[in-house]
Amino acid sequence: MNQITDELLRLISANPIDGKSAFNIREDSQCAGRQSTENISIENKEGAPGIVIRVKPGTKGETVYIPACVTHAGVDDLVYNDFYIGEGADVTVQAGCGVHSEGEEQARHNGIHRFFLEKNARVLYLEKHIATGNGTGEKRIDPVTDIELAEGASLEMDTVQLGGVTSTTRKTRAVLQKDARLVVRERIMTDGDEFARTDFVVRMEGEGGACDLVSRSVARGNSRQEFYSTIKGNAPCTGHSECDAILAENGKVLAQPGLEANHVDAQLIHEAAIGKIAGEQLLKLRTLGLTSEEAEEKIIQGFLK
Amino acid sequence: MLKLEHLAWSIPGGESIIKDIDLELGEGKLVVVTGPNGGGKTSLAKLIAGVETLSGGRIIFDGEDITDMDVTQRAKKGLAYAFQQPVRFKGLTVRDMLELAAGKELNEGELCALMGKVGLCASEYIDRELNASLSGGEIKRIEIASVLARKAKLSIFDEPEAGIDLWSFARLVETFEELRAKSTGTLLVISHQERILSIADEIVVIADGKVRQHGPRQEILPQLLANEHAVRCPLEKESAIV
Repeated sequence: MNQITDELLRLISANPIDGKSAFNIREDSQCAGRQSTENISIENKEGAPGIVIRVKPGTKGETVYIPACVTHAGVDDLVYNDFYIGEGADVTVQAGCGVHSEGEEQARHNGIHRFFLEKNARVLYLEKHIATGNGTGEKRIDPVTDIELAEGASLEMDTVQLGGVTSTTRKTRAVLQKDARLVVRERIMTDGDEFARTDFVVRMEGEGGACDLVSRSVARGNSRQEFYSTIKGNAPCTGHSECDAILAENGKVLAQPGLEANHVDAQLIHEAAIGKIAGEQLLKLRTLGLTSEEAEEKIIQGFLK
Repeated sequence: MLKLEHLAWSIPGGESIIKDIDLELGEGKLVVVTGPNGGGKTSLAKLIAGVETLSGGRIIFDGEDITDMDVTQRAKKGLAYAFQQPVRFKGLTVRDMLELAAGKELNEGELCALMGKVGLCASEYIDRELNASLSGGEIKRIEIASVLARKAKLSIFDEPEAGIDLWSFARLVETFEELRAKSTGTLLVISHQERILSIADEIVVIADGKVRQHGPRQEILPQLLANEHAVRCPLEKESAIV
């Protein structure tokens, strides 16, 4: 691994990779390190770049790390990673992508992750994206996440993009069977001329399915964001989506949430709020001795925490 | 420690709310401001804290003219203000708010002590967001705790009893008494509650933007209690006297 990868890994890792866990480190479209464990195997994917991760049924408390880094301009990294989570397993997947560029050409990572959770399996999926460097070329990260949850399975996705990514299109698709549960927590901050698009489509096919999508974002500078979500209830189920965005300077946000109830017992809710930081919030923090600028930073930090 | 000279404030382009208020508060006192709704009590509190900007007059705090200081500067000088209607934040937790108020990280014991003063158990609340999931009474008590955390020279509480249940209110009254006993600063409390009025060192009655009465509790409270009509409308009482 080169020094830039080291630094990117530090930035995108909620927890550092420990020597005992399964991991696969991707650096500029190559494998820079891999380890399987007794319960979690990682193998090359056949016919396409990427890996296949298999978690044995009943595996509990283990973590698999699969960070990807692009360290220079001119790299267009496309990877397909498939996760097969056995029945009753309960594991954490820590992904994340860092893109660094000092050049004029585009640097891009496009990770297509597919999750197949068997009955009663549980996954905590942590994903953090960041871009660094002074390159004038685009720094792009375009993740695609496809999720299939069998009966009683649950996946909680915590995804963060906090800066430097010139352009991102984030697509998440999920299909939930009986009593399956999906929770997504997304936080995005854009600045300058950056653009971010989020696109969720969740389909609940089984009775007792539940999903909760919460997106919080901050659009600063001249950046633009688009939020699209569609929750389809095709069975007795509950769905909730929430899109909150803070605007600063000339930031722009488009939110187009959609709910589609195709069953009389589907209960779907959407909430959305877009606006600048409320004056009374700034005032409250100023009464504690913070300047306007400090108060704004605290509010944004908390909002995106 | 606080001197108000000819304070005046009007709604921008509109009605005059505060009309030539002169007032002096001593150090370490518990001063309760009362009077009819719409009389200017909250406006006065906001003007002192710097939340609103004066139309006229001067504010002297600790011997220093703070009239031209903004809300941040006044806070740094030692003024704290508990909003009548607390602000909600998505993302900021109770712990965040109390630590911002205290200006330092707080350990579990300190958080517990602070929350206990407003009748809340820290372990149940410190990691909760200050969002719509908290009831009006809960957020109000956390607002009060945030001011207590500041340990300010002058703490202003705007109707601290509003929205608080009876038991928590009783605890809050005890807290005000404790603070006064420790002489940890001056307390300016806007309230209509007899229990708060009854622990005041001084009572100020404000109506129609003017100070109608100001004096020791022993002098003012019996008058207020003796004449329910006067409590409702000191302005009418004054008219009757005139």
